[in-house]
Amino acid sequence: MSTTTSTVASHTAAAKSVARRRETWASARTYISAAVIVIWCLLPVYWMIVTAFREVGYTYDSAPFFTHVTLDNFKTAFSSEMGNHLDRALLNSLFIAGVTTIVALIFGVFTAYALARLTFRGKYLVLGVILGASMFPGVAIVTPLFQLFGNIGWIGTYQALIIPNISFVLPLTVYTLTSFFREMPWELEEAARIDGCTQGQAFRRIIMPLAAPAVFTTAILAFIAAWNEYLIASILSNDATQTVTVAIARFAGAEPHQEPYTAVMAAGTVVTIPLVILVLIFQRKIVAGLTAGAVK
Amino acid sequence: MSTQLEPGAIPGRKTARKGGANKEVGQDRKEKTQGRAASLLVAPTLIVLAIVILYPVLNAVYMSFQQDEGLDPVTGSFVAGGFAGFANYIHWLFQQCETPTGPASCPPGTLGAQFWSATGVTFFFTVVTVFFETVLGFWMAVIMARAFRGRTVLRAAVLVPWAIPTAVTAKLWFFIFAFDGIANSVFQTDILWTGSQGPAQAAIIIADVWKTTPFMALLILAGLQMIPAEVYEAAKVDGASAWQRFRLITLPLVKPALMVAILFRTLDALRMYDLPAIMTNGANGTTTLSILVVQQIRVGFNAAAALSTITFLIIFIVAFIFVRFLGANAVESASGGAKGKMK
Repeated sequence: MSTTTSTVASHTAAAKSVARRRETWASARTYISAAVIVIWCLLPVYWMIVTAFREVGYTYDSAPFFTHVTLDNFKTAFSSEMGNHLDRALLNSLFIAGVTTIVALIFGVFTAYALARLTFRGKYLVLGVILGASMFPGVAIVTPLFQLFGNIGWIGTYQALIIPNISFVLPLTVYTLTSFFREMPWELEEAARIDGCTQGQAFRRIIMPLAAPAVFTTAILAFIAAWNEYLIASILSNDATQTVTVAIARFAGAEPHQEPYTAVMAAGTVVTIPLVILVLIFQRKIVAGLTAGAVK
Repeated sequence: MSTQLEPGAIPGRKTARKGGANKEVGQDRKEKTQGRAASLLVAPTLIVLAIVILYPVLNAVYMSFQQDEGLDPVTGSFVAGGFAGFANYIHWLFQQCETPTGPASCPPGTLGAQFWSATGVTFFFTVVTVFFETVLGFWMAVIMARAFRGRTVLRAAVLVPWAIPTAVTAKLWFFIFAFDGIANSVFQTDILWTGSQGPAQAAIIIADVWKTTPFMALLILAGLQMIPAEVYEAAKVDGASAWQRFRLITLPLVKPALMVAILFRTLDALRMYDLPAIMTNGANGTTTLSILVVQQIRVGFNAAAALSTITFLIIFIVAFIFVRFLGANAVESASGGAKGKMK
């Protein structure tokens, strides 16, 4: 009797230790995979930053840490003598992406509210049209716009860059906001009305604070989309209105026939760091916003 | 701004709630009372989209049937524009060019001779990048779905490539793949990455996979998180192996989200422009349809309009096939349809 119990006990103990070992192994595998992903995602960016701070003569140095550190590349990037004008390009991008975002939000908020909250005929058609619009190839509108804007002398103006940007930022705004709005606890608004709030009060005190994070997240996504745009800007801008993406693609260095890699990496760092910081701070919200339109 | 319009919508909704006794009548009244508010709210967006998308596209279609003005290659005299019928389309689809002896196939190297190769390159890039992005994205999503300390770090890291502008990504990978660059030095190779077809295509594919896999992973992750944990527990109790759980539970349940993610990425890849434009400018077998359109814009925009219309139709057909035959219902999942309710 006692022998059987002890064998059973030792068996379960053995099984437990096997299970525990298996668990440790599984969690180790998770950590290894996670480390591989993090390194794969960050290593190229790390390399960009290392190169941005390297002296031009050591452009191709393969030392994996910061060596021959200098700030000259940032000077080159902002230098107007070499025609780089990164400062002007940054302001252009800020203005174009900013206006695009604001316009898209003003129109998008109302449409998203209707799509999320109201029942009406043709709702699915509207959703389909908006989703279809966001999938639209940029070249299909840039070709006619190049001629149209050319005829009215708009090439190189800000409106020529903002208007086509709206074509893809507005649909993005609408469907991200729609899925956010659908998840909001709208009953609270009615509860507030029952408790004696006026419509305006209910909107100000209940709906606005509830909707603000959704609108804010959508604004970040819209801004990043507009900020990163290249195709339209490369065709419809001129030297004075070119955006950062175009400026970086056309960068010039001290040597005429040599790709100014260190300066390009410096410019890339300047353009990227604000976005990366923004993304890291609002990571959770951005992930929710990115996937909201597609899955929920 | 929103305070002005919002109140108009709210009474409409309240009336609708009252009509809940008879469901069908209520539904009807709801549609009527909310319809007006909805059209007020939706119309501005549709009008804006009509101005910024529909109008240019109709314009492009009109342009595509016009002759490009210019100098006649044979006589050197000025050729006026005017109705051209399907000439621009024939020019691209059959790669026919005007020559002194009448229409003949376009000489190699000219833009006109590149339509089918550009189509091939575009589809090649699309299939390869979307394949790798799906497989790697799935793997990343599975890892991200696990509960472990440091998961926040992983999710934040994954967002970094997504946030970087494609133009910067292109320059960054161009530098990594430079002849004296880090890729050759790490792998002890001396490949001229952007100098010949195979390596140039590989470089672009790697850069694209690096940049967009995170987006794919996050979409798949969102799909994975909608699968209730109890389903896995039940399967475990029933003795299903890890592989069986993956094949019989994860895959079918994540399929709607996965199909939508693949649809999004495919349509995005079909219009690929930034990476090849900056890394190779279309040299060495990397000319995509978008690049060909942009190169043609500088030469003659009516022919470019025909090509952009063809590009648009190709993307439309692919989207149609996805939605119709592969069950990627983007509208339904975006509108919180049956599939989205599985929480």
